[in-house]
Amino acid sequence: MSSPRLTALDALHRALGATMTDFAGWDMPLRYGSEREEHLAVRTKAGLFDLSHMGEITVSGPQAGELLDHALVGFISALGVLRARYTMICAEDGGILDDLIVYRTAEDEYMVVANASNAQVVLDALTARAEGFDAVVRDDRDAYALIAVQGPEANGILASVTDADLPGLKYYALLPATVAGKQVWLARTGYTGEDGFEIFSAPADAEHLWNALTEAGQGVGLVPCGLSCRDTLRLEAGMPLYGHELNTELTPFDAGLGRVVRFDKTTNGGAFVGRKALEQAAAEAETNPPRVLVGLVSEGRRVPRAEYAVVDAEGAPIGRITSGAPSPTLGRPIAIAYVDAAHATPGGTVAVDVRGKHEPVQVVALPFYKRAR
Amino acid sequence: MSNPQHLQFSKEHEWLTAAEGGVSTIGITAHAADALGDIVYVQLPEVGDTVTAGETCGELESTKSVSDLYSPATGEVVEVNQAVIDEPALVNSAPFEGGWLFKVRLDGEPADLLSADEYTALTGG
Repeated sequence: MSSPRLTALDALHRALGATMTDFAGWDMPLRYGSEREEHLAVRTKAGLFDLSHMGEITVSGPQAGELLDHALVGFISALGVLRARYTMICAEDGGILDDLIVYRTAEDEYMVVANASNAQVVLDALTARAEGFDAVVRDDRDAYALIAVQGPEANGILASVTDADLPGLKYYALLPATVAGKQVWLARTGYTGEDGFEIFSAPADAEHLWNALTEAGQGVGLVPCGLSCRDTLRLEAGMPLYGHELNTELTPFDAGLGRVVRFDKTTNGGAFVGRKALEQAAAEAETNPPRVLVGLVSEGRRVPRAEYAVVDAEGAPIGRITSGAPSPTLGRPIAIAYVDAAHATPGGTVAVDVRGKHEPVQVVALPFYKRAR
Repeated sequence: MSNPQHLQFSKEHEWLTAAEGGVSTIGITAHAADALGDIVYVQLPEVGDTVTAGETCGELESTKSVSDLYSPATGEVVEVNQAVIDEPALVNSAPFEGGWLFKVRLDGEPADLLSADEYTALTGG
């Protein structure tokens, strides 16, 4: 086993006393102090995250858009320059290889951001699928560090260290910008359910940016945040996590995310990898609904965790938990689960088998948390 | 947080006090509490239960995981700390004081325990 990869901010994390954890081959900060306090800071003030483990892949060339329309399920060439989109890459059989954010950085250039655990799979698939297209797929995993500032104070913090037009920067858009004197890609994206920014920089600039943001956020409660609170934040916001809510066994339609599949795209004569299988999955979802992704809120204190069985009043299995955690915002355990359609109606009560005990939980619509706008 | 000199420690990261009238107080160490992260649920043995040294007698649930609670001593549970059941975060904030877990009327002298210095060495200082 090779030693874990370190981000450009590794020394800083250790100086801050972070508890580190192995994540997809990277040594990443899990938490700096209390994950609950980090979570609440992002909801009420702001949090600073090192996300340099995410996998950036640049696709460029005259047919970059056509290649991505062929390789991904989204209608990527229809994306405006300096806009971003959530999409997926599927196998021929429709199974989800990864969920992605694609940023259009120029007329002929896109940055695909893959999950750390799938970056190689995505890179390999894009490279293979590029054959015959006038486009180049470039592994840029080592070219970028990624820092996120998330929370209601994120806008003010960033405004104090950049002249970039933040009011003009919409959600799911990006800008080339100068932040604290460094040239970066500044994107209004995130994974926390809050307003916030993601900053793609040269790794050599990451420490300077982290320190500048830390200083800028000192008066308004910015704290460094680890992957632990990132997980509870995204869970409250009802956002899927690859390996939990998404995997190769499921199609986007099984995951309730059929809307990301754009059968209406016109490039390549409408053909794209997985189309046939996905058309079938879409039709099946219409006539024979698969298990539905729902939210569960527990009345008790025990936490329904990933892989626990969801059961009905008679104790018969009707689903399984994909993610669960104590929700700092709601003050009670929450979970996401795939359950049989017959039990998926919000307001209903089912139970979770928590290590042999059936704990009653209420079915609710996702997300658990939505910020006021 | 340093490990109090007046306590004894198990390799499974519990502490216990010297017996007073045959009764010892038991908790988990600051090192263990910190490793678990924010503790959100504590399941303790009940008063009258018999616990056995080295065997599980409850569970501690944190944001990320569930851990078995082991007893460092054998005997009868004579009191449980209702305060940590109501407010599990006490285990994080005051592991050696208000975050104690339960009291046991000892059935013999507990074995295989470590001094504070030995436990500190075990956990890497």
